Amino acid sequence: MSNTIHDMGGMHGFGPVEEEPNEPVFHTEWESRVYAMNRAMGPLRLWTIDEGRAAQEALHPSVYTAASYYQRWLLGLEARALQHGLVTREELAAGKALEQNDRPNRIFQAEDVARLTRGSYERAPQGDPKFKAGDRVRTVNFQPKGHTRLPRYARDKVGEVEAIRGCHVYPDSVANGEGDDPQWLYTVVFDGQVLWGPDNEPGVKVSIEAFEPYLEKA
Amino acid sequence: MAEERGHEHDHSHGHSHDHDHGEMSELSDMQVRVRSLETVLSEKGYVDPAALDAIVEAYETRIGPHNGQRVVARAWADPEFRAALIEDASAAVNTMGNVSPVGSHLIAVENTPERHNMVVCTLCSCYPWEVLGLPPTWYKSAPYRSRAVIEPRAVLSEFGVTLPEETEVRVWDSTAETRFIVIPMRPEGTDGWSEEDLAKLVTRNSMVGTGLALAPDEAE
Repeated sequence: MSNTIHDMGGMHGFGPVEEEPNEPVFHTEWESRVYAMNRAMGPLRLWTIDEGRAAQEALHPSVYTAASYYQRWLLGLEARALQHGLVTREELAAGKALEQNDRPNRIFQAEDVARLTRGSYERAPQGDPKFKAGDRVRTVNFQPKGHTRLPRYARDKVGEVEAIRGCHVYPDSVANGEGDDPQWLYTVVFDGQVLWGPDNEPGVKVSIEAFEPYLEKA
Repeated sequence: MAEERGHEHDHSHGHSHDHDHGEMSELSDMQVRVRSLETVLSEKGYVDPAALDAIVEAYETRIGPHNGQRVVARAWADPEFRAALIEDASAAVNTMGNVSPVGSHLIAVENTPERHNMVVCTLCSCYPWEVLGLPPTWYKSAPYRSRAVIEPRAVLSEFGVTLPEETEVRVWDSTAETRFIVIPMRPEGTDGWSEEDLAKLVTRNSMVGTGLALAPDEAE
């Protein structure tokens, strides 16, 4: 879903940013297990990073804001494990496997950790990029029901292409089960006062990483 | 009850925590729920608990902001490396044998007197894990995600950073699979310093853009 609570840029009311002195990497053991499960499940390629994000975005706004970061990761992982039939609600309630299953061939193992890196989301282009650095562009005005990575605050705004970042998996397609549909990715920079109005802080520029379908010539 | 055993078991190992007793029952519920998911996924062959241990250990020791500190210190000390880093940060970092491997699309953005860079992910909490480790809670929080793009100077002032008005603030919203590391300005009075000493001036916040590098008299 796109126009929901996760799209927070520009919202008021959440209060000051508070630093925690000497913050540990994980505050509790369960946080570390949630993180590790998410990382270990990634290489099984049962789902994509964008499907993972979409699972969290589908949480009710009241749940999303009340949950901590790792609680959201847990809820998202549970939801995907259920949707993909890896586990059943009965098994989660019982805390043990109740059904036989086809086991995946190769799972993430301890020795794989030395090579633990993010995968590449770059793909072979389907054509030449439409825009080049220096081009003036306007972002599209849309309200998709599915997943998107164009934040609300940067829709229907004029900015400038600063760089081409290669051709990448298109989140709006892959998260909705419609394949990689690779698209050119650009850094597009906006003047802060174009985004927020003339009374906003001066001397601010904000950039987003924008997929080509988000952009039109201005 | 399984919950009772789970509760006792959890306190026999793992991290101590600072939460007060009012949060204990919620914490215990989370521990039970997470253990349940891990047990089922493990029994069904989707995760290996030993691999999970190894991932946790890696992020608690090897993969953290000390990697980024080395990258910044080298960029300050070695103009060729700095140029390579700006050109292709993933490739440049991967030439450093002492830093854990970096995947695709790391982008290094350099602070100058004219421009201060600051990184956020308004839509989730994208962060350059491989060079900075896992993000601190404030980076993942609603206040930072909501405010960094609309009032970055106000956010910076809460971090104790006040920039001259003529310095542009450039906020990078991490809306795709590109990841950003800020190269802070090298502090005055560090001519001829070794990379090892320079690295001690590089804070995590300075590589996210909510801080500046330490002055020589601020370092431990």
